[in-house]
Amino acid sequence: MLDARATILDVANLKTIFNTRDGEVHAVNHVSFSLAPGELLGIVGESGSGKSVTMMSLLKLLPMPPAEITDGSITFDGRNVRAMSDEELRKVRGAEIGFIFQDPMTSLNPVFTIGFQIMEPLRLHMRMSKKAARTRAAELLELVGIPDPVARLKDFPHQFSGGMRQRVMIAIALACDPKVLIADEPTTALDVTIQAQILELIKDLRQKMGMAIIWITHDLGVIAEIADRVAVMYAGQIVEHAEVTELFRNPQHPYTRALLETLPDISGSRAKRLMSIDGQPPNLSKAPSSCEFAPRCRHVFDRCRTENPQRRDITNNHDVACWWDASTGEPADV
Amino acid sequence: MLNYTLRRLMFTIPTLLLISFIIFLILDLAPNDPTGNLPLTIPPEVREKIRASLGLDAPMFVRYLLWCNQFFINEPLNMLYEGFNWCIGDCENRLRVTSWSTRSPVVDLIIERLPQTLWVIGMSYVVGILIAVPIGVISAYKQYSWFDQAGTFVSMIGFSVPTFFTGVLLIVVFSVMIPNDSWFWLPSIYDTTHVVTGLDSAGEWHFSTLWSNLSFQFRQMLMPVMVLALYNAAQISRFMRASMLDNLSQDYVRTARAKGLKEKTVLLVHVLRNSMIPVVTVIALGVPQIFGGAIITEQIFKVNGLGQLLIVGIQGADIPLVQTLTFLFAVLIVIFNLIADVLYGLLDPRIRYE
Repeated sequence: MLDARATILDVANLKTIFNTRDGEVHAVNHVSFSLAPGELLGIVGESGSGKSVTMMSLLKLLPMPPAEITDGSITFDGRNVRAMSDEELRKVRGAEIGFIFQDPMTSLNPVFTIGFQIMEPLRLHMRMSKKAARTRAAELLELVGIPDPVARLKDFPHQFSGGMRQRVMIAIALACDPKVLIADEPTTALDVTIQAQILELIKDLRQKMGMAIIWITHDLGVIAEIADRVAVMYAGQIVEHAEVTELFRNPQHPYTRALLETLPDISGSRAKRLMSIDGQPPNLSKAPSSCEFAPRCRHVFDRCRTENPQRRDITNNHDVACWWDASTGEPADV
Repeated sequence: MLNYTLRRLMFTIPTLLLISFIIFLILDLAPNDPTGNLPLTIPPEVREKIRASLGLDAPMFVRYLLWCNQFFINEPLNMLYEGFNWCIGDCENRLRVTSWSTRSPVVDLIIERLPQTLWVIGMSYVVGILIAVPIGVISAYKQYSWFDQAGTFVSMIGFSVPTFFTGVLLIVVFSVMIPNDSWFWLPSIYDTTHVVTGLDSAGEWHFSTLWSNLSFQFRQMLMPVMVLALYNAAQISRFMRASMLDNLSQDYVRTARAKGLKEKTVLLVHVLRNSMIPVVTVIALGVPQIFGGAIITEQIFKVNGLGQLLIVGIQGADIPLVQTLTFLFAVLIVIFNLIADVLYGLLDPRIRYE
């Protein structure tokens, strides 16, 4: 799975649980992935599949307790993140790893000006003077395509539209030139035209700044447009992982295949009903002992119900966690 | 904003006039008699004459308009005369609102009582806020910790135990059970005549005299201030805690943490600034109560402040005194409502009054 490429971020066997009053919730189960500098990794999965929790676990942005990282290693830029003190983590957050969140309407502090909020990380991490930070903040607003940036620094979040606020969030995340940008469903709360603008912006910024990006979404269309590699998550596990063209051309996991089938086709006649995957996502109250997708899988057989499949390589850079072999249509020979 | 404030101020004029009329009506309807405390041997005709001398024989509307004339015109003119020596009209013989029982102008009585009330009750409010805000912040940040549980318990006590109980309890402990030569003994009676000064009886200034006067003032204020501060802190800390909890779960807090800000900055800059908005409003709305005085607490510790003045006025059917004091409380309430609204607009950039 890991080859000789340089990696900026390497996550292995990450496991996060929530200790709730009704018992444990296993939100992230042995997730492994790696990210090369300048690469865009897309993470897809339905709601509750553990996409966001995985990313938040990386920098301990989850409320702890109830959340707890119980296993795994996180290596960022050659450093062991799990062993870092709160103080060291703080210096990584915002400075070396930037975050963009889903809902731009609530992610900015309503009582401070945009300028103040962009300048905060600059002054903290880069030790800029007030004046230098303000100049840099205006440049950042310009960079994310906000017209009249100097004047708008004095505006409050409510004076911006949703798309503009997300641009501000991006400006904050990019403020200190991070090596990795984690975008947690950044376009989900926006309408389609604004979404297209934000995607263009990210593509553009990626070329200019050359940072690695992890893009969390449940929108396969977005993934197809911008990602280099894709990881599909289900029930807190990565079930399939491949380069983007490979994944769309040659999906292996029944879940991925089903997801792709649910996409409405814009050519041809309109389908009577939208396709869906029957059944419900699993209850995560215990660690997986069988394939979590088995109850909804159309290729299920006995082994799926007794043993949780591990990720196995299909071709170079393509792996799947499934007992079923898509190429033969038979149980895989492992 | 200024426009809005001015417009609101204009609106307070008819509101206050209406309030003053309603207070007058209520007091007129109340079954009280300023001659009621006089000896029964006074014959009814004399009684009637006394009532007539107080102006009580005139119809209600006439009496109301006379009060309005005295309060809204004569009193401000008198203030100009006494304060700046500006004489408009007949300055020496102007009829002011006069207390029936003391024959002294009501406004002078109020000015006499105001310092005690402001010192004791105002101090208790300030102390209450200073205690409540940190407790509220920590309780919310460490929700369900032992600190939060203890804070909740103390607030519940402060909220539910009346001041006449905590006041008497403190007197029993600190003035009665503790011997009065002890360092811990506190006076149960507030000495209004005590003056904090460095001059001794011979008229010489000594630091030690100032110090002993100051410490006596501190000791006599301690019990009433603590009783009221407990009550105020109980209320405000609950507001503070609830408001902090509301804001701690907001998305912008996660953004602030993701920016790598220090936990202290996240809490005391981002969350506190938002949480203070409703709390400041509550605090502003509570200020008129300071001037109203804490009637019960003032009675217990014999602080002769405004609360006690009002009680004495009610007992003696001193209508001009009660009317004027009640009206001034109404003015403060209306003004501080306005101040709370304006503060809200200043603190929350999303709110702009047009």
